[in-house]
Amino acid sequence: MSVDKTTVAKIARLARINVPDERLEPLAAELNGILNWIAELDEVNTDNVEPLASVTGHALPMRDDVVTDGNRLDDVLSNVPEGASGFFVVPKVVE
Amino acid sequence: MSDLLGLNAVAARDALDKKAISAVELATAYLGAAEATAGLNNYVALTADHALAMAAESDKRIASGEAGLLEGLPIGVKDLFCTKGVSSTACSNILKGFVPPYESTVTANLWAAGGVMLGKLNCDEFAMGSGNETSAYGPAINPWQGKDKVDLVPGGSSGGSASAVAARSALLATGTDTGGSIRQPAAFCGVVGLKPTYGRCSRWGIVAFASSLDQAGPFTRTVADNALMMTAMASHDAKDSTSTQTPLQDLIGAVGDGVKGMKIGVPKEYVMDGMDNEVVTLWEQGQAWLRDAGAELIDVSLPHTKYALPAYYIIAPAEASSNLARYDGVRYGMRVDAETLDGMYEATRAAGFGDEVQRRIMIGTYVLSAGYYDAYYLKAQKVRRLIKADFDAAFQTVDALLTPATPSAAFPVGRKIDDPVTNFLNDVFTVPANLAGLPGISVPGGVTSDGLPLGLQVLGRPFDEASLYRVAGVLEQAAGFTMTPARMAGGAA
Amino acid sequence: MSDLVTGRTGDWEVVIGLEVHAQVSSKAKLFSGASASFGSAPNENVSLVDAAMPGMLPVINRECVYQAIRTGLGLKAQINLTSVFDRKNYFYADLPQGYQISQFKDPIVGEGSLRIVMADGSTRDIGIERLHLEQDAGKSMHDQHPTKSYIDLNRTGVALMEIVSRPDMRSAAEAAAYVRKLRSILRYLGTCDGNMEEGSLRADVNVSVRRPGGPLGTRTETKNLNSLRFIQLAIDHEVARQIEIIEDGGTIDQETRLFDTATGATRTMRSKEDAHDYRYFPDPDLLPMIVTQDEVDALASALPELPDDIRDRLMGEYGLSAYDAAVITEERDTARYYEAASDGRDRKLVANWMTVELFGALNKSGKSLENCPITPEKLGELVGLISDGTISGRIAKDVFADMFETGKGAAAIVDEKGLKQVSDSGAIETLIDQVLAANQDKVDDYRGGKDKLFGFFVGQVMKESGGQANPGMVNQILRSKLDGA
Repeated sequence: MSVDKTTVAKIARLARINVPDERLEPLAAELNGILNWIAELDEVNTDNVEPLASVTGHALPMRDDVVTDGNRLDDVLSNVPEGASGFFVVPKVVE
Repeated sequence: MSDLLGLNAVAARDALDKKAISAVELATAYLGAAEATAGLNNYVALTADHALAMAAESDKRIASGEAGLLEGLPIGVKDLFCTKGVSSTACSNILKGFVPPYESTVTANLWAAGGVMLGKLNCDEFAMGSGNETSAYGPAINPWQGKDKVDLVPGGSSGGSASAVAARSALLATGTDTGGSIRQPAAFCGVVGLKPTYGRCSRWGIVAFASSLDQAGPFTRTVADNALMMTAMASHDAKDSTSTQTPLQDLIGAVGDGVKGMKIGVPKEYVMDGMDNEVVTLWEQGQAWLRDAGAELIDVSLPHTKYALPAYYIIAPAEASSNLARYDGVRYGMRVDAETLDGMYEATRAAGFGDEVQRRIMIGTYVLSAGYYDAYYLKAQKVRRLIKADFDAAFQTVDALLTPATPSAAFPVGRKIDDPVTNFLNDVFTVPANLAGLPGISVPGGVTSDGLPLGLQVLGRPFDEASLYRVAGVLEQAAGFTMTPARMAGGAA
Repeated sequence: MSDLVTGRTGDWEVVIGLEVHAQVSSKAKLFSGASASFGSAPNENVSLVDAAMPGMLPVINRECVYQAIRTGLGLKAQINLTSVFDRKNYFYADLPQGYQISQFKDPIVGEGSLRIVMADGSTRDIGIERLHLEQDAGKSMHDQHPTKSYIDLNRTGVALMEIVSRPDMRSAAEAAAYVRKLRSILRYLGTCDGNMEEGSLRADVNVSVRRPGGPLGTRTETKNLNSLRFIQLAIDHEVARQIEIIEDGGTIDQETRLFDTATGATRTMRSKEDAHDYRYFPDPDLLPMIVTQDEVDALASALPELPDDIRDRLMGEYGLSAYDAAVITEERDTARYYEAASDGRDRKLVANWMTVELFGALNKSGKSLENCPITPEKLGELVGLISDGTISGRIAKDVFADMFETGKGAAAIVDEKGLKQVSDSGAIETLIDQVLAANQDKVDDYRGGKDKLFGFFVGQVMKESGGQANPGMVNQILRSKLDGA
């Protein structure tokens, strides 16, 4: 599998990273280098092997249904680039 | 006491308890050392006032007999840890100016044990790198130099941590290890670095790189110091669902226990093309040391070792691409304004993330995208199971594994590498432990003919850090590693 | 089938599937300790986890898991003892993490079914494909500023159950019946308050049309409908739109649409993106979620009786009509009221009084059962007085009105106003004698063969008694006097 300019542009769009047109080609080459190397995994027979997502071996711990957090507007907004009357503010979204 | 910087942590604790030195004196000495070695660029923020205030509190507690495990010991913190009221940026422009209103669990544990925070240490941006060269603050420098006096990388991603401990501008330092980010820089800088078992240290409050692999751990000058710091760092944390409840072993006691009767595996697959001969020689030397100390050395096979690296470079970027989605210019950090929301996202993330981070986000996005998930991500997770199964099988017969920590010694800063894959190869011996969630420690074993440190790695069973410290203690003693780097605070000893 | 829609070119079958998002009733959010309540000031119910601050981690709320299991049990569904949380990755202003924690491949609840009851009393079983837990998103407000949107994260991270039906519905009425029934079950279980105005329950409807028996058509998804009426309007509009396009030779785009509550029409989302690619993968901050069979059994044994079971009992044991049983069991409160009111009484009669008089009065006065002036015991008492002949049904209506007005007991009102039915045969005989004497001509006609006059005499006697004479006794005595003499 190898990626072309169009695919790189699509990935960049999915990742919300602005990539200038002139960078698409070199990026595609870099990504292909990595992807070709990764393709080494194809040598491994993984038939009937369960994927391993978590190594801890224990089950998900659960907490009680108690309100222990919130009411900390100052903390929540302390680093905000743009805020107004307790809200985060972003460029207008059209649905 | 004239040589405050010469004391290791255990010795400094002793001197503090005996009131031979004060915590304020010690903190002052380290702050001075940090200033003196500023050229190494291993600190990205020095918190002098904070350090002196904490040290003064430590002196009070020592005076009233309430000293904690790390009371009065100066500690540098990798910038990946969120520290309350102190800039925490993961060495990325996208978190420029971010001051968390909260303290990571690991650092909170350290301060609760009496540790004194010196400041924040340089690292690769979002811990993505093996040379500390992707930092938005510029590269940290290794205090060690070869004969040509060229600046060398301290390794990465926890390069600032390793550099500061080696240069004696921090007595102790925190690191994080996702694919070798503690063990590799420890080896490059001639210090001791432990990556604990996954789940042993809380990840809460640490900027996430790859959540299923990230683990915090200590950098120290000696193995005993390491066990001391680790004992204070580790805790069960209900705020981290992956945090273990397995009780912590007596790590401090284990350091001097020796290896008599232990079975140490030597995995035959831990060799690679272009690997330094001196690395192989040291590895063989390490085996001899352990045999001499009464361990039984056993050849073992970990057949899927060579696939760990490509599997890692699917899994880690995949998780990272998702973990780093929150850096969007809405709630904190950098924002580049634009007309539309998407325009703002794209401009902010393009300006805020460096090249390596962008590359990994792109790879991670691609391997998770529709049509490729099975071929890449799922395949990698299956290989991951096989790698873990290799270790499980080996640990049926051996108590620990001895391997080289890195395929080479530290390389020059700015070494031009066109192929990013070549850089990835630095992690070839360290990555398998992350995939399998195992503990690993890197101990300085000797130097190359060029005078650069090399490390030995010991890997163990999950939650058996004690065995690592037993083996590491023996290696440290046998190696008698007393050399110090050229660019050390207070000059070469 | 009457559900077919007739177009210009022939009949069309409508195929509808629903994805219902139900907010889990819980105090705290799914993965953070912030409050899940409504109506707070902006960003007050927000923790550092909800705001996706660097290094923050999710920890699951056990009660939310249990609520999902209870709901699964209520839907007679498979409970998966092992389930997995995945990340659904996409960027949006009200999604701070850049991903929604959801369950993709391994949901906590698998296949189940839900029985809907139509207006004619007929029933149909609608397949449930799955139920999974996920995080709600925050709220974007677009009206505060000409060029900015304001973001409130209070809803961010509140637990939702997404309940996905099979495409088993064939009309807007069935879809509405499905949502009404689902809401009823959720409210019985106490797992969701079902408040559609506040958005606790909202539906995405998938609609397509096809020739009867033909292959499935392309479907559209209309998002976020928060009332039964809107669901029906959106479906009707979509069906008409799709049929018109196809009959004009066009094709349907598979797309997400929005419902305009002002026009009753659906429209394409303007922000229609390049195709979504959510890049689901297991959330590495969370481990596989394991619940034990013992936990599930304990939750099952503590479940309340559900509407279908009660309905079956009401029809089977009490002999209620399908309609009455359905109306009474839709709400848990109504069913409870009925059980209490009809305990030891004529069950069918109580059902009648509830569905006709009580609901009528509540409707008219704008009151709900919760603040109903007549307690179930008092309604039972009223029906008891009818059954034992103390008052007639007609008098009972007056007593009922008085009870509804004043909240007094039925017997007290009957006593107070002297409405007690006259069952004293002597008194009734006297009345009858008076009526017969005053209408001797009619008596002769009757005896001459005009049978139908019997009703006239009954009416006269009842009138004279002020409605209080026991109609049964009037009948009996009158007949013996007229026929026996």
